[in-house]
Amino acid sequence: MVIFHYDKTFEGLLSAVFDAYFRKTFPDKLLGLEEIDPLFVDENYTVVTQKDKAERVWKALKKKLSSNACNMLTYVWLSELEESDRLIFQYIRKVFDSEVSIELNLIDDDILQVRNLAQKVNKERLRMIEFVRFQKAADDIFFAPISPDYNCLPLIIQHFKARFADQKWIIYDIKRDYGFYYDLKTVTEMTLETTSLFPGGKLNEALMAEDEKKFQQLWKAYFKSTTIKDRINPKLHCQLLPRRYWKYMTEKQ
Amino acid sequence: MTDNILEKLKILAESAKYDVSCASSGTSRKNIPGGIGNTAGWGICHSFTEDGRCISLLKIMLTNYCIYDCAYCINRRSNDLPRATFSVSELVELTIEFYRRNYIEGLFLSSGVVRNPDYTMERMVRVVKDLRTVWKFNGYIHMKSIPGASEHLVHEAGLYADRLSVNIEIPIEQNLKMLAPEKDHASVYQPMLYIQQGVLESKEERQKHRFAPRFAPAGQSTQMIIGATNENDMKILQTSEALYQRPSMKRVYYSGFVPVNSYDKRLPVLKQPPLVRENRLYQADWLMRFYEFKVDEIVNDQYPDLDLEIDPKLSWALRHPEMFPVDVNKADYQLILRVPGIGVKSAKLIVVSRRYGRITGDTLKKMGVVMKKAQYFITCKELPVHSVNEISPEYVRKTLTDSSVSSSKRFVTQQLSLNFP
Repeated sequence: MVIFHYDKTFEGLLSAVFDAYFRKTFPDKLLGLEEIDPLFVDENYTVVTQKDKAERVWKALKKKLSSNACNMLTYVWLSELEESDRLIFQYIRKVFDSEVSIELNLIDDDILQVRNLAQKVNKERLRMIEFVRFQKAADDIFFAPISPDYNCLPLIIQHFKARFADQKWIIYDIKRDYGFYYDLKTVTEMTLETTSLFPGGKLNEALMAEDEKKFQQLWKAYFKSTTIKDRINPKLHCQLLPRRYWKYMTEKQ
Repeated sequence: MTDNILEKLKILAESAKYDVSCASSGTSRKNIPGGIGNTAGWGICHSFTEDGRCISLLKIMLTNYCIYDCAYCINRRSNDLPRATFSVSELVELTIEFYRRNYIEGLFLSSGVVRNPDYTMERMVRVVKDLRTVWKFNGYIHMKSIPGASEHLVHEAGLYADRLSVNIEIPIEQNLKMLAPEKDHASVYQPMLYIQQGVLESKEERQKHRFAPRFAPAGQSTQMIIGATNENDMKILQTSEALYQRPSMKRVYYSGFVPVNSYDKRLPVLKQPPLVRENRLYQADWLMRFYEFKVDEIVNDQYPDLDLEIDPKLSWALRHPEMFPVDVNKADYQLILRVPGIGVKSAKLIVVSRRYGRITGDTLKKMGVVMKKAQYFITCKELPVHSVNEISPEYVRKTLTDSSVSSSKRFVTQQLSLNFP
């Protein structure tokens, strides 16, 4: 069994692809740097993450794949699922080893799996675009906490930057403890020092802008008034608006 | 903003909720420097009410006072209910502040008719004009055009709104007359025509001048109330098909009748809105728009009503066993699209991927095909031959309705309580 150890970053994974082709040995298993080898290892190799190697692999992929397929690989990586790195590795190998484009060959299990997983991540990306709720703080920054299953925060930043170009905002992933801040010009990644600003997913009331509570109240009232009582359907409601998002949604608090 | 705004919002949201259309799709609009918002072409829902309808737009009325007395409408003149009117600035501020918090994708503005159609329409136009010109708002705006409003006002509305709509309400004029004596189909079709003309003219202008103003770029939509009068599904779907032939008509909505004025003797007595029937109509509508079905394939003199137990595509397939089984590895896209259990997405996947090799039942399942239904209508490499022809359409129907969700049966019994006085 051939084992590759790498630092569990996307760049590291691409470097692993580069090294594998250079060495002409392909891993049966991809492990983190600290992870312990299984029994019966024939070969053990540690990948050194190198930016230029990663870039060369990515560039080569872009030549052979549509931008849509490249995006899919990023999405699969951001799913953070355990086997997703192996899946990406297999996919890339198939791309490089084939003369013709393979991205539409959904009869191949790896390719179909990449597509299906990317679709799941994309679904949550869209839900974040829909369900993010901003609360206005006293310093005029609109703040939105989230905690998606997949790490899709980087995928929604462009949308919010284009849409809310004239207001400052922060979208913060509480589960992964990082976020992005938009200051009317650029978006920067950031980490908050304390999470006491938003107990239970809500902005601390002392920090809220003066009329923030009023608009939250108005929105809740609107949400309630617009329901048709003769047609209430809790099962459908939960299917469309999964419970795991409720704690950050003003209308469900 | 005044303090009674909360009260007004409750009253006017309550009054607007029976209008079903809420889509925010059909056009893209970029943000402009110093402006707020943009519009995504695919449409974005921001929440879902407890009855399972999406909230995309702030759907609200400017006022719920109304000079008309339509039997099916909650806001009819003779109803004793709290009334309110928004000022233009209140409504504009509400829209902007909700938008900034990512609650909504834009505004859906309708109104009761006060004084006369033009007076009402003029005030509505002021709201959308302020949003676009003063606030530089680039989110989605859907505006209801008031039946009987004059052409120049409809035209002005189209310059600011993304979509305009006029509701037909009742598919047959004679029935409309019975429930809404003050209305007729002409007053609905007239503004529809103005909108269509505006859309076509602007399209032509824009081919000559790139910066010519856009007119209702997302086209128009309309709504029909289902089950308040005795039209059958054939009549309803024929009306829809005729509407879809018009160049600017994007969506027809079907609104299962909710008995809001149960005291009115002209209306049927229902325990529940006809939810299953409404759902079947939407499915039939999709078959016409995305599955290349003609209306008379779905409903005709022999089958004037949709089957409530099974969906219209399965129903069609069971009536036409001679078309099946379809070989997924060879058949045309159009034919694969007609297989129950295969949707637009999976049909496309099948067609692109089968060039690489044979598609098996296992692959189909992973592509998202509902094999429980599809298995009777397809052949591929390893599937056992259980085609609809060998085991008979009746048997397939029985198998699929017996096991498939007992809840749909529960709905069907509710559905049968429909009776006309």
